Amino acid sequence: MLVSTIALNRFGLGARPADPPISDAKRWLLGQFDRFESRPQALAQVPSRTAVATELAEYIEEQRMFGQAGKRRLQQQPASMPTGAMPQQADEKQVDPVKRYLRQNIRQNYLVMSSARLEAALASDSPFVERLVHFWANHFAVSVDKLPVIGLAGLMEFEAIRPHVLGRFSDMLLAVEQHPAILVYLDQAQSIGPNSRAGQFAAMRGGKARGLNENLAREIMELHTLGVRTGYSQADVTEFARALTGWTVGGIGRGPAARLLGNAPAGSFQFADLLHEPGDRTIMGKRYRDAGENQARAVLMDLAASPATARHLATKLARHFAGDEPPSALVDRLSKAYLASNGDLTTVYRALIDAPEPWATQPLKFKTPWEWSVSALRAVGSRDVPAQAAAGLMKQLGQPTWQPGSPAGWDDISASWAAPEALVLRVEAAQRIADRAGSGVDARALAEKLYPGSLSEATRTAIARAESPAEGLALLLVSPEFVRR
Amino acid sequence: MLTRRSFIGATGAAAGVATLGLPGIAFARANTDRRFVFIIQRGAADGLHIVAPTGDPAYAGLRGDFAEDLAQGAKLGSFFTLHPALAETAKLYAGKQALFVHAVASPYRDRSHFDGQNVLETGGSAAYRLRDGWMNRLLGLLPADEAKALALSTTVPMALRGSHEVTSYAQSQLPSATEDLMARVSALYASDQQLHGLWSAAMDTRMKAGDPMQAGGGQNGAAIGALAAKMLSDDGARIAMIETNGWDTHSGQRGRLNVQLRNLDQLLAALKSGLGADWGNTLVAVATEFGRTARPNGTGGTDHGQASAAMLLGGGVRGGAVIADWPGLSSGALYEGRDLKPTTDLDALIAGALAQHYSLEPRRVMATLFPESRGNAIGHPLIVS
Repeated sequence: MLVSTIALNRFGLGARPADPPISDAKRWLLGQFDRFESRPQALAQVPSRTAVATELAEYIEEQRMFGQAGKRRLQQQPASMPTGAMPQQADEKQVDPVKRYLRQNIRQNYLVMSSARLEAALASDSPFVERLVHFWANHFAVSVDKLPVIGLAGLMEFEAIRPHVLGRFSDMLLAVEQHPAILVYLDQAQSIGPNSRAGQFAAMRGGKARGLNENLAREIMELHTLGVRTGYSQADVTEFARALTGWTVGGIGRGPAARLLGNAPAGSFQFADLLHEPGDRTIMGKRYRDAGENQARAVLMDLAASPATARHLATKLARHFAGDEPPSALVDRLSKAYLASNGDLTTVYRALIDAPEPWATQPLKFKTPWEWSVSALRAVGSRDVPAQAAAGLMKQLGQPTWQPGSPAGWDDISASWAAPEALVLRVEAAQRIADRAGSGVDARALAEKLYPGSLSEATRTAIARAESPAEGLALLLVSPEFVRR
Repeated sequence: MLTRRSFIGATGAAAGVATLGLPGIAFARANTDRRFVFIIQRGAADGLHIVAPTGDPAYAGLRGDFAEDLAQGAKLGSFFTLHPALAETAKLYAGKQALFVHAVASPYRDRSHFDGQNVLETGGSAAYRLRDGWMNRLLGLLPADEAKALALSTTVPMALRGSHEVTSYAQSQLPSATEDLMARVSALYASDQQLHGLWSAAMDTRMKAGDPMQAGGGQNGAAIGALAAKMLSDDGARIAMIETNGWDTHSGQRGRLNVQLRNLDQLLAALKSGLGADWGNTLVAVATEFGRTARPNGTGGTDHGQASAAMLLGGGVRGGAVIADWPGLSSGALYEGRDLKPTTDLDALIAGALAQHYSLEPRRVMATLFPESRGNAIGHPLIVS
């Protein structure tokens, strides 16, 4: 592959036929730091957080009024077996019509946002930075298996990831951990300090025991910052969970937290002192004074600055850009850039561009369904996709948008995606994309344009012998060149 | 080696889990129609809520309102109760075709799902030490016509990854590609080693499945069970892995587990009925990466813990019993004061069950599937010989 092909496909999201040729690949990548739009036109139709959260709050209120039957479903929609489907109910007819209407709205929000995400990727002139947005959204994965997350997952990417993708990691971290999507997804919104005033009051009344939930604390340490097996203990997780008590969401919480925050704007981050576990906390040997909301914030800032975090993030970036087995020299280089710049992400990306490993001329990665779909649609010059079709395509290819099913996000290695059935699904999707693109696209010319100087004879021949232009295009989209980057 | 504190078996069988050696089983390798299905419960299933130790004196106090769910459950002897959502499974138990093993755990002793699942699937002693899965290594122990494995998912899960060829299958909702395009893709991939291998495997599986839409949407347990049975019938796969998600019940556990378990129950029932007479030669194992805290947390759920419960089902299973070296639920007995203490080694259970099911030498099964383990395969009779 030429360096320009690598820049377009491995760093970027795939070439578009109308793009001007790239003369200086590194300059093209660096220039994107100036061109990137945090709020591009494609996101204009995305509903506001208040609108999404208000609908969710209304839905929750409707649940309360209509008893317990639906409540269980709302709390946690268990993922269907074996792969998660969008939560749906079997007994649709028996549901009260207001609730059904609100649920449809919530799902509609998801469809609008997943299609906006795809359109932003198709329209972007800074596809390297756009790829990094997807990378970080997967790093901080939430999953729409839980009903309250359905409408919030996209907002988290647009509000907490995009504005910070070229900034400091610590700012992105804080924005994510205070976003309603993650606070709800990882059960933080309901966590209560056992010795907080609310906890004590509940205990006195002898009511149902409510208390600490350590889910968010654990996943921040394991997945978002330090990485698993980096020296923190169960006691550190529990202490961090105590420090985090009080971090919750206005309007859409449940239980005492919701009642305490009755007037807070729906979906806003709230610190509820009444829920906060009083006292100093000791985490990984360091003492954190009880400073209310700022106690957990101080822990987060220290986690962001940790060498373990630098290494964890560097490893994931190296794996994404330089192959399933991240080269250790590249990991060291990125980790050093991170620590030397106090976690400035643009500095880390510059180190990545300057390193030799991501420029290896052979393909290093098997594209995920998302990467493959975006690059296929960019290759045929597609600019917009109907909302239902965007979500449907990703679901059918096995990577439904914002639904990895776990806070670890989607795997970033080929073994997870290069499977027999996955390949057949791509062929089917390619046929559909090619049929839609019509006969206006000449796959022979497009192939030479996408892979100048590196198109294989097998692919060239297969396209040339195809029985129709659409079939030729479908073959290009599933060719060995195109399914890898 | 386990120490025997209080062995609890509903059948009153006198043998303990710890028995080593295995009389009366020949280790010949014969070509039969034996099948093995592994159902993984991803997310850490709460064994204390599934096979509940209702007879433990600490149980009611510890579990609070969770205990209400078990009131209607099937009694498994005097000590354990099966969650009522597992109604069909309870019938299998009554018919001596379901065996439960409690306080069981893989060698993993921390609380990360992802590491825990890696240990469960690779069969290593710690996460990421082994690069292939124990189900893939099992294929090397079997006669060629029984070493045909299938993952019921679009991609191949870790337990099945490795040097032996495995195929995968999932329902597609995309319009089928034309025969012509499929043929041309075959030609295009002929010279690409990786893609050629994947593509050939997919074509073989497709031919077997017939109409991919036939089994319905594929999102519920009954459809998955029926599909698995179909793929395991006649000259199809002999080994299959089915992935189930959604067991990570940090909150709303009572409602969520009710749905999860009903789904699992329907899956097992559909598998049995779909396999027909072949059920008699089938071993199904159900296991999770680790259990959950013995005490409910503050949000109506449970957090990550240690030991859980596993299930063995099938026509040849010596069912109608719960095997447990029961550690107890008193606070002194809990692991780190919070979790059910592991007393039975899941690796040893799987190796023991497979050795008996396939009439293989237990030590060899243990060494191949769980090469880093120092324990022995469970010798207690699990399968009717």
